[in-house]
Amino acid sequence: MFADDLTVRTHCQELYRKLQSLDRKDFQNRKAAAELYFLRQGITFNVYHDERGTERIFPFDPVPRVIDAAEWEHIETGLTQRITALNLFLYDIYHDQQILNDGVIPRFYVEHAKHYRPEFRGFDVPKDIYIHICGTDLIRDKDGKFYVLEDNGRCPSGASYLLENRNAMKRAFPGLFQEMRVRPVDSYPNDLLEMLEYISPRRDENPVCVLLTPGFYNSAYFEHCYLAREMGIQIVEGSDLIVLDRAVYMRTTRGLQRVDVIYRRIDDDFLDPVVFRKDSVLGVAGLMNAYRAGNVALANAVGTGVADDKVMYYFVPKMIEYYLGQEPILPNVPTYLASEEQDLKYIIEHLPELVVKAANESGGYGMLIGPCATREEIANFRERILSDPRNYIAQPVMSLSRAPTWCEGQMEGRHVDLRPYIIYGDGVKIVPGGLTRVALKKGSLVVNSSQGGGSKDTWVLTRK
Amino acid sequence: MLSRVANSLYWMVRYVERADNLARLIDVNQQMLLDNESLDSERLRAFWRPIILSTGDEELFNRLYDNAGSSEVVRFLTDDESNPNSIVFCILQARENARTVRDQLSEDLWEELNGLFLYIRSEEAKWLRVSNPQRFYENIRRSAVTFLGIASSTTMRGEQWDFMELGRHLERADKTTRFLDVVTYLSDGDEEAATGTVHWPAILRSCGALGAFRSSERSVTAPSVVNFLIFSRNFPRSVRFCIDRVDVCIHRISGSERGTFCNRAERESGKLLADLNYGLTSVAFSVGLHHFLDNLQARFNAIGDAVFECYVLMPDRIKSYQPTELRSAYSTSNWQMQQQQQQ
Repeated sequence: MFADDLTVRTHCQELYRKLQSLDRKDFQNRKAAAELYFLRQGITFNVYHDERGTERIFPFDPVPRVIDAAEWEHIETGLTQRITALNLFLYDIYHDQQILNDGVIPRFYVEHAKHYRPEFRGFDVPKDIYIHICGTDLIRDKDGKFYVLEDNGRCPSGASYLLENRNAMKRAFPGLFQEMRVRPVDSYPNDLLEMLEYISPRRDENPVCVLLTPGFYNSAYFEHCYLAREMGIQIVEGSDLIVLDRAVYMRTTRGLQRVDVIYRRIDDDFLDPVVFRKDSVLGVAGLMNAYRAGNVALANAVGTGVADDKVMYYFVPKMIEYYLGQEPILPNVPTYLASEEQDLKYIIEHLPELVVKAANESGGYGMLIGPCATREEIANFRERILSDPRNYIAQPVMSLSRAPTWCEGQMEGRHVDLRPYIIYGDGVKIVPGGLTRVALKKGSLVVNSSQGGGSKDTWVLTRK
Repeated sequence: MLSRVANSLYWMVRYVERADNLARLIDVNQQMLLDNESLDSERLRAFWRPIILSTGDEELFNRLYDNAGSSEVVRFLTDDESNPNSIVFCILQARENARTVRDQLSEDLWEELNGLFLYIRSEEAKWLRVSNPQRFYENIRRSAVTFLGIASSTTMRGEQWDFMELGRHLERADKTTRFLDVVTYLSDGDEEAATGTVHWPAILRSCGALGAFRSSERSVTAPSVVNFLIFSRNFPRSVRFCIDRVDVCIHRISGSERGTFCNRAERESGKLLADLNYGLTSVAFSVGLHHFLDNLQARFNAIGDAVFECYVLMPDRIKSYQPTELRSAYSTSNWQMQQQQQQ
């Protein structure tokens, strides 16, 4: 909201003025009303390792984060470029592997990626799309530029919070929206449904799409229900589906009904106990047979996890150049690969200044933030990196930008990131905005909901 | 509709209905005790024991409690989560079932049930339960009734509604027979209680039937109460009325004509309804009231089981397929829970 010299940035002036005119007490009451709305609606996530299945609301900060039109256009083209390259990359490594043959990416990295699925090489996925829904994490550094922190190309969650934050804002602060020209976000469920229908293998009839959830103990269960209801499709669990003659059916009170497209919110490993983890009770036996026979489409496709590997992230700018012949519009955060000798040396020498990440963890786990770590933690990570360098990357500490946030009765700056949701179907669609996550603890750089993060509504403005 | 969804809707409503009935049962009996404050602890035990016996959870109760005084019985029936038929457990289960079908419920309906859940977990409820139990139970009953009202004004009339109605009326019929069964256990050595002068009105009130009863019957006698609560055509908590609704719903679900059957569920409900339509109170007494009620409960269960088999398990449609442990009351193993969380 503020420029370096503490003046209010042009596109935020209107909001600033409105916020100034609100009474402190009134503001607090409206915030409480919004929180009650979340609680009563059950817009909660489950806290794991808690026997009673405690649910918490995802803390909501009522001060919107504003992005002006030009900034958003830049992000939009950058993300479109990125997902296009990622899908070309996935197609390539599951087919001819030209990028590996040409030595742009060392073969070793792909073949040793935890989520690479060589058994799917040569298999054509519907419309050649692998990542249908991507939740890319962006941050703004002190230079004011947006950087890509990671691409979440498996089952990114959080889109429902993006929609519900907007609903809560509209309820609690209708006045703030006036004359602000905030672009609506409510097209998301429809965009998602159109994409699902687009990839259906059966074109002759109305495709039957379902959302496959792990079940109601999953932390994102609310989101699964929410999206299914908004799209008007069934939410199913593994035990609701069966595979007969290499086609998928759901068990209904009227008998079995054919399913064409599955928006799956469970990981590859659990999808089919016949092929992947034998002990999975969440999946559907025979699903991979139906998938390979082309009788059902999955979003996202099986095997996209290889692109989520943090080592692969390092190569995304190279993919963009290789497949599209373009310069990356949104840069990566500078990254060091522990398996490259030079980088390793640098990492080991500079551990207290770096952020180290395990290649295949998410949710803020398996991470070392050098400047905040104890000596033991650093020693521990040094051991881990040296014993398995392929699995670690390091990045300089980025100073995430801050946004005004309501903290205990007053406004303070808190670090934020931004996760827009990209839908790749018949063209690329990105809902204007995304989920702005905010680290509520003063000075903290960790925005994950599991570790004390909250979220804000994100306002993308239309051009004047 | 998904079979699992049908099952969850059915149980969601059943559990809400059960919580409502239990709240009324406890409230009525607590109030009745106020009229009989002179009871010593021996007599007090005799007062609550039939209530525990009639719920069918005596064994569990004896395992958990040494003493059957008011506070123990009330705790057991209200907020003991190790009792799968306590009010709190029922509300938790209703909500868990609702959560699994959240996408099928109207926002208002979910909010009401979730509100009830938040209430029983709140400090306010804990405080009321001790300081003003009447209010505590009234809040639960009001919420249950509101839930019912919202359900009936926001649910599409179709399979969804039919499964919910089916669950509600089956549960109601069951509870009415259980409340009646209280008299069975009264006569144990207590002559005064055996006449049931105190208990009959309490039973009527537990079924919310006292007013309706008075307007159509002259005096409170054993046969008149039994006749009313089992065979009344028009009272919405009588067994006959409930089974009539059950039969309507079951036939609407399959689309077959009433009076005919195309599956076991329809046959069970049709047969039971015919027995009730042509039944006599005198027959109930001649076979023994307890035996008669016991038999009714077994037949309610048979209907429930047949519905489950016919619409959820579908053994004849999916011969080759062994479902991964589908249970009628929704519950998840720890292992399943772990995997769901790993995603």
